[in-house]
Amino acid sequence: MSAVAASVSSMTSTGEAIQFWVLGTVAVIGALATILMKKAVHSALSLAGTMIILAVFYLANGAYFLGVVQVIVYTGAIMMLFLFVVMLVGVTAADSLKETIKGQRWLAALCGLGFGTLLIGGIANAGLTHFNGLGRVNSAGHIEGLAQLIFTKYVFAFEITGALLITASVGAMVLTHRERTERAATQRELAEKRVREGVQLPPLPAPGVYARHNAVDVAGLLPDGTPSELTVNRTLRARGQIRDVSSQAIDDLKALEQASSERLGREEASK
Amino acid sequence: MNPVNYLYLAALLFTIGGVGVLIRKNAIVLFMCVELMLNACNLAFVAFSRMHGNLDGQIIAFFTMVVAAAEVVVGLAIIVSLFRTRHSASVDDASLMKL
Amino acid sequence: MENLIALLVAAPLLGAVVLLCGGRRLDKVGHWIGTLLAAVSFGIGVALFADMLGRTAEDRTLTQNLYTWIPVEGFQADMAFQLDQLSMTFVLLISGVGTLIHVYSIGYMEHDERRRRFFGYLNLFVAAMLLLVLADNYLLLYFGWEGVGLASYLLIGFWQHKPSAATAAKKAFLVNRVGDIGLSIAIMLMFTTFGTFAFEPVLASVGETSEGTLTAIGLMLLLAACGKSAQVPLQSWLGDAMEGPTPVSALIHAATMVTAGVYLIVRSAAIFNGAPDAQLVVTVVGAVTLLFGAIVGCAKDDIKKALAGSTMSQIGYMILAAGLGPIGYVFAIMHLVTHGFFKAGLFLGAGSVMHGMNDEVDMRKYGGLRKYMPVTYATFGLGYLAIIGFPGLSGFFSKDMIIEAAFAKGGTEGWILGGVTLLGAGITAFYMTRVMLLTFFGEKRWQPDAGGELPHPHESPKSMTLPMVILALGSVFAGAFFEIGERFLKWLEPVTGYEHGNPPVSAMTVTAATMVVLVIGIAIAWTMYGRKPVPVVAPRGSLLTRAARKDLYQDDFNHVVLVRGGEHLTRSLVYLDHSVVDGVVNGTAASVGGLSGRLRKLQNGYARSYAVSMFGGTVVLIAATLLMRAV
Repeated sequence: MSAVAASVSSMTSTGEAIQFWVLGTVAVIGALATILMKKAVHSALSLAGTMIILAVFYLANGAYFLGVVQVIVYTGAIMMLFLFVVMLVGVTAADSLKETIKGQRWLAALCGLGFGTLLIGGIANAGLTHFNGLGRVNSAGHIEGLAQLIFTKYVFAFEITGALLITASVGAMVLTHRERTERAATQRELAEKRVREGVQLPPLPAPGVYARHNAVDVAGLLPDGTPSELTVNRTLRARGQIRDVSSQAIDDLKALEQASSERLGREEASK
Repeated sequence: MNPVNYLYLAALLFTIGGVGVLIRKNAIVLFMCVELMLNACNLAFVAFSRMHGNLDGQIIAFFTMVVAAAEVVVGLAIIVSLFRTRHSASVDDASLMKL
Repeated sequence: MENLIALLVAAPLLGAVVLLCGGRRLDKVGHWIGTLLAAVSFGIGVALFADMLGRTAEDRTLTQNLYTWIPVEGFQADMAFQLDQLSMTFVLLISGVGTLIHVYSIGYMEHDERRRRFFGYLNLFVAAMLLLVLADNYLLLYFGWEGVGLASYLLIGFWQHKPSAATAAKKAFLVNRVGDIGLSIAIMLMFTTFGTFAFEPVLASVGETSEGTLTAIGLMLLLAACGKSAQVPLQSWLGDAMEGPTPVSALIHAATMVTAGVYLIVRSAAIFNGAPDAQLVVTVVGAVTLLFGAIVGCAKDDIKKALAGSTMSQIGYMILAAGLGPIGYVFAIMHLVTHGFFKAGLFLGAGSVMHGMNDEVDMRKYGGLRKYMPVTYATFGLGYLAIIGFPGLSGFFSKDMIIEAAFAKGGTEGWILGGVTLLGAGITAFYMTRVMLLTFFGEKRWQPDAGGELPHPHESPKSMTLPMVILALGSVFAGAFFEIGERFLKWLEPVTGYEHGNPPVSAMTVTAATMVVLVIGIAIAWTMYGRKPVPVVAPRGSLLTRAARKDLYQDDFNHVVLVRGGEHLTRSLVYLDHSVVDGVVNGTAASVGGLSGRLRKLQNGYARSYAVSMFGGTVVLIAATLLMRAV
């Protein structure tokens, strides 16, 4: 691959061409999926895929360091941060793809089309045919070449980006930090409050434990056979994600009885 | 194949990202579209680096990544605090800049 | 001696400042301070007068320049005084009669808890009037003029708790403002014409000025005089000014204020001499006012208002005389001085009557007071005889001179003016006899006051009767003193100039005719009010009587012509303002507002919407750049 990138030519190798056409198509599909997928998680995953493809393209263009950084930093860290926040925020009405601003979608499409046309037309018009390749600059080692530039010509920018990162992390902490305004209640106080209010004195009942089901979303059964919602976590209750296995257990019992009676019947018949 | 195709791809991705910014309401997805646009720029930088035969383009792409990381950190923090106060991550809900 | 001139003004001014700023601790002695300082002013006046008599007629004029008031190059005015025979006459009259009125007020205002303030205002009035007559330039005269206006406002509205008094004060002030506009315009004209304010250069350079300019200045000065001297058409404030305490009425009508207009015209004699048209207007104004005031005076049942009509009429005589030119100036001033005596005496007498009658002013509720108030009766009677021109008393000489001078004007004008003055003399006899009969003769028609008590008429205290006696003496002897040996004429002639007129009929004939109309006037009054009992409630009366009771509809005229007219003018201007000016402004605002309302829809607050604009803008910019490249 190194040889390919280093070649001083206006044309690339066939291998790279095939790679470009295949992965480029996938990248565009990923990008489109990013903006069209209903759920934020799907968008994030599509974007991660596109980024990995871009990392491959960096490698193909001789930017080995960037390619690796792209995978590690972008796909590995930044996209994970995105997923974190998506989980934190959860599913909201914002995910709806229904457009609320009149004419927004049309205008966006029009602008996008015009912008893309102009951009691509501009590039085509520029007549970029000659590629020098990186063979000469990479001759003393790619990483060394980068390092030399970063720590000499771009050292100030580098230092300043360092400061920027520090500031950004502090800023993120400031923005998301919430000052606790009251003392956290102790266990004793919580117990006393429970007694005072008299709503639920003992600890909440545990979820149901069955022969085949013991997940937290399975409600325990009351003496009359109906499931108790109290045994399930509040969040799951709110989402309506309680799994009712009570009837399933009875069905299982019936099936067992039938099977045993059939077998017994067979035994009697065989007698 | 002429390497200029990378530039076309970058332009295409950038445009898709831009349109995404305009049509999505979820602030997080909106951010992802911005990231997509940044990545498209990075691709263009890398292609230009190859075209000119020096590493400056790659350096700029590297700095772009760093700045994007910083931006994402702050941006997501803003989204989280916005969500805390408004219980919504929709950019349309924060439409206070009007009469 | 000339260094004393400023003290004439300074003494009463000091009194005003001390009394008005002194506060309540001066309540006990305030009236004495005020009277003393007025008397000091009079004393200085007498001293200066004696000094002046000791010099020849040519250098009797004294000047004192205190400091440069407005030290602007080309617009210089000095705080300077000029004391000549004319000013001297006024100084003696103002400070003398003023002092007597101060003394009278001590008794009259005894029970008023704001007496100190009253004396402060009186002092201010005297000071302003003295400044007016002593000024050596028109700007300083204007200062005094405005001071008089202010002091009269304060004094007429002294009983400010009465809405009628407050309104009367405001009316006097506003009507005076109209006149003041005349004076200010006259002064501006003088400044543009002569380049200075001082009397000396202005009056000296009259000969080089066109008659048109002089007429304009003269008419503006006349407007000013009309305002201050209550001449038609600015006479309406005088009757209402009776709302003030009676000493104020005496002061306004006898010594100060209303005489200021006469002073202004006589002082500006040179200007009027050069503008015959203006002079003619002056005589017409004087003649009209003369009859107007006399007719109003006939119909009023309020003793003070009857006297007010009389004042208006007598000032009309003076203005008429002043309008006659050099043949009349001296007599205008002479009548002014004698009038100062007897009118002050009459007003103080009226105040004394009211004092005894529980402040009742309606003459129909008096009657038969001569036995109860002998001193008042005697002094008022002498004043009465003086004003109607009883032979030998002061009014006889001064008024007779004016009538003669009017005839001497010559031609049809002379006959008309002479006739008017004669008729005026007859009407004067009628209404003054009426006042006399209603007040002091006939049966008692006393009515219980608001408290249900019949009045107990009594003679007023010494402090009130003494000034009345002095003024009565003046009314009796002043005329003869002035006339014998033509003393007054010789005294004033160097300042005002004099020229003997030749009446078409002999002086004796004029005097005889005056006597005849006098007797007719008295006779009619006697038939109407002396022979038969007078009804307490005024009968409906003839059309003229009813009109005269309403001051010949002057207020209605002002209301209809000026107030309504002004209202219509302002309304139409307001309409114009609303429809055209506001229309343009509001139309612009509305169209901008409408456009903004539409543009506002673009500003919907959605960040994505703004982002589309930015993105669209970027597209346009790129397109433009590429196009420029292509071209």
